[in-house]
Amino acid sequence: MSTAVGTTLLNVEDLWAGYGPVQVLHGVSFNVSHGEVVVILGANGAGKTTTLRALCQMISTRGRIELDGAQLVGHSTTEVVRRGVAHVPQGRGTFPELSVHDNLEVGAYVRKDKEMGADIDRWFTAFPRLADRRNQMAGSLSGGEQQMLAIARALMSRPRLLLLDEPSLGLAPIIVQDLFRRLGQLNADEDITMLIVEQNANLAFEIAHRAYVLEAGQMAISGSAEELRNNEAVRRAYLGY
Amino acid sequence: MATGLDTDKANAAIKEGYTAIERFGSRRVRNWTIAVVAILAFSLWAVWRDGWDLYFQRIVDALNNGFIYAAMALSLVLIYKATGVINFAQGNMAMFGTYIAWVLVYDHSFPIWLGIIGAMLISAVGGAAIERVFIRPFDPSNHLAIIIVTLAWFIILGGLATVIWGADPYAFDTPFPRNSHFDLLGARFFYSGLGTWFTVMAVLVLVSLLLRKTKVGLAFRALSSNLESSRLVGIHTGRTIQFGWALAAAVGTLAGTLIAYKTFLTPTFMGTVLIYSFAAATLGGLDSLPGAVVGGLLIGLAETMIGGYIDPIGSDLALGGALVVIIVVLYVRPTGLFGSKRPERV
Repeated sequence: MSTAVGTTLLNVEDLWAGYGPVQVLHGVSFNVSHGEVVVILGANGAGKTTTLRALCQMISTRGRIELDGAQLVGHSTTEVVRRGVAHVPQGRGTFPELSVHDNLEVGAYVRKDKEMGADIDRWFTAFPRLADRRNQMAGSLSGGEQQMLAIARALMSRPRLLLLDEPSLGLAPIIVQDLFRRLGQLNADEDITMLIVEQNANLAFEIAHRAYVLEAGQMAISGSAEELRNNEAVRRAYLGY
Repeated sequence: MATGLDTDKANAAIKEGYTAIERFGSRRVRNWTIAVVAILAFSLWAVWRDGWDLYFQRIVDALNNGFIYAAMALSLVLIYKATGVINFAQGNMAMFGTYIAWVLVYDHSFPIWLGIIGAMLISAVGGAAIERVFIRPFDPSNHLAIIIVTLAWFIILGGLATVIWGADPYAFDTPFPRNSHFDLLGARFFYSGLGTWFTVMAVLVLVSLLLRKTKVGLAFRALSSNLESSRLVGIHTGRTIQFGWALAAAVGTLAGTLIAYKTFLTPTFMGTVLIYSFAAATLGGLDSLPGAVVGGLLIGLAETMIGGYIDPIGSDLALGGALVVIIVVLYVRPTGLFGSKRPERV
């Protein structure tokens, strides 16, 4: 599966999605290459979360979503996860009544290999605070620990693409900094491709290679993280200076 | 040095004493103390009035019923954990399953145990089919729609049983030696009752193991904890909910077949049992398996004791008395005795 860094992993074209009669996405197109960190910025209601939910086929969608060339639209969420998309939803999405260990085990639900135990040890090594709390109920962890757990759980499925929905939401600034540092490390050391939806543009730009700005259900601006950081409109709207 | 240690010890002891006093002051300890004192006072009064033998016999009888309520409550909790609603059809599903056992045993001459196990398997398939056809098309978070579906099945199964088997009572034997018994501490223990106790406890252990040790059990626990995230890790939520329905239907049928020798088999024979089991499940916390069993036993005790000792209530109002007890407990502990409080920090 090791595909050369730089080739397209995810290609989205003319994506339409919404909830019942309400259309939220009006023909969104973007792509993510192997090994990249891509950030989608946007105001509340622009359709950031909807984009991620559409990628996982949790809502009805039209258009093309290709993962390594294979169309995902029309498949079940289970199948999308099986094909290598892991989603860390907004508000962590851990299983509060399950232990930390069981949260990781359930993260590997779609896998059929025998290396799950080794992977649990691996992520316990990477996130020692989780190892200390392996038998505690996930609901008793702090917000930052829960976010780490949600990420480790997503990694347990050995994803080709990791989706993160506003990982900084509700966390103290120092925790957010630590979180983005770790995400940057995961990308650099483990070669994990990420698509991050964020409002905290400053920190997201630190680790992102490229970025898109979503406005009213369409991609308004795109470019390298460097270009967007210097873009006048982006600066005023999302960076606050 | 030695004196220093002693002082430390003494200080620690004093501190412990203070925390014990503080803890006693806390609401929780106070409530438990009130409950224990009230039960002890009632027991002393009961023994003083009618003697030990009757008191102890009533406890034994109460547990015979209590374990049936426990098994039914267990099946309610399984569906509650899977779908987030109380299954109103649970009683009639158990009733229908018991009729199937009756057909297997008395029309097709199955040995009674085999008939019960066969009926449990058929019920499991039936429960799975109800889930697949009538529950899965609905959005799992649309609880009202699902409740209406369970109400519909409550009525459909009741009507169907009346059409097929009529309203006259059928006798159904207990799988345990029927009239043999032994006496202990003044009370008479029937093997049919004891058999029920152990069967229900074995079912609790088996179901717990199934949920703790298997992959589908892990998926089931994940699903009842967070539906959306369980989709995002690739759990096939429909099939997992179906597993809960199948399991609940089988456990319900077991409860029906274990109590039918006492109540006789009619299309409505599980009605009262279901009400007591609702109460038991609520008391236990709705999402806790051990809670369901403890709740069932407590409801059995409340029913028999209140009906037996408080004369103006008698057996007719025993149900009302038991429900009052639940209301009081829920007033103090809204999540029930064992319900998860969702220790969530965000």
